Amino acid sequence: MKRLCLSFIAVLCFAGCARVEPWVMPYEREALADPIMSTSRDPMLDRHRAHVFDVREGARGATVSQGGGCGCN
Amino acid sequence: MRLRLLIVPALLATVTLSAATLPEDRVEAMYHRYDGGGVTVDGPAVFARRHITNTVSAAAEYYVDSISSASIDVVTSASPYSEQRTETHLGLDWLYGDTLMAASFTHSDESDYQSDTYGLSVAQDVFGGMTTISMGYAHGDDTVERVDTDFEDTVDRDNFVLGLTQILTPTLLATADYEAVLEDGYLANPYRSARILGAQVPERYPRTRTSHALAFSGIKSWSKDTALRGRYRYFTDTWDIKAHTFELGISRYLGERWTADVSYRFYTQDGASFYSDDFDGEYNYMSRDKELSDFDSHALGGRLSWSMKNGLPLGLDRANLTLSYDYVRFDYDNFTDIRNGDLYEFSSQVFQLYFTSWY
Repeated sequence: MKRLCLSFIAVLCFAGCARVEPWVMPYEREALADPIMSTSRDPMLDRHRAHVFDVREGARGATVSQGGGCGCN
Repeated sequence: MRLRLLIVPALLATVTLSAATLPEDRVEAMYHRYDGGGVTVDGPAVFARRHITNTVSAAAEYYVDSISSASIDVVTSASPYSEQRTETHLGLDWLYGDTLMAASFTHSDESDYQSDTYGLSVAQDVFGGMTTISMGYAHGDDTVERVDTDFEDTVDRDNFVLGLTQILTPTLLATADYEAVLEDGYLANPYRSARILGAQVPERYPRTRTSHALAFSGIKSWSKDTALRGRYRYFTDTWDIKAHTFELGISRYLGERWTADVSYRFYTQDGASFYSDDFDGEYNYMSRDKELSDFDSHALGGRLSWSMKNGLPLGLDRANLTLSYDYVRFDYDNFTDIRNGDLYEFSSQVFQLYFTSWY
């Protein structure tokens, strides 16, 4: 079992050394840059709507997404 | 605040960022109206953002809630009331390479609740722009009062936010968001009562609360003019509240000028350990806040936007006019309408008229 764990840790370490290339190139991101793909197209509307639920529910937080990469928001 | 209508402060203090570019110069204006369960809340909001330099952008927002309440809590234990809450937000964004940093201040004021929130956040594009990592921290100092007595107490809040946005394919974007909220202070409502064998007594809450929310979402470009979105959030806290939120939506262009959105949201909650509709004796902590009970809610919403691109006055580049409507239904499992003995339920409507323009 100890050998198996060490092997698993070694694999993770070597995997960290491998360089993973971005697999979606900037010129392939046209669809992602479209406004309807935005995480929040109308920020004020979305904040207010989240607030309406926040004050009437026990749960709170993680309501508005953090935005997107690729400058598409 | 009166009977927990607006005890969640800092609507504008959400620490959110997207990296690599400064947000666009933009103005927003909104009229909002909530109507349901005997409560009406409406008012205007305005927002403006402007670049100061090539790397710095400033933003300001002013928001008003005009509240008229004869909710189930009010009509069974107090008198209907009206009041106003105003919120002012100032923010500064600074772009440095692929890193976007932001600082903000929000002040919320109503007759019996004042809140100041200071926020810092940072977002970084990595992995060839396929991934955005963001984190934020906000601290809030609140003061709670009761208008008809000299009662006054405080609440300290600390919010920690982590976010990850990942491009998965040329048509699929995924996000993961985590937020922890730590509160210390007076977390009850000075107006509301609990019940012991039918008799009303003041509520008693713990003075600390720590909550964790974890959300995952995906946005899929289904075709050139259609996008699908889904979101799930899990919530838990030290008061033993557990909640699940599911959201589905579709956005579609209707010709060159119109965009339509339809969404559905389902929320279900297991209530706090110290909630009871009617306690059988006295306990250290006691609440009869229906927001802490077991309940479900369904929301069905629609949005229609009209886009304007040419011939706009005042040097505006483009603009959108949007009408938004949500129908929300709440069904409580262990909160009784003491006027008739039935389990409480109500429907509400959320209406928003929104204008935004880029310049």
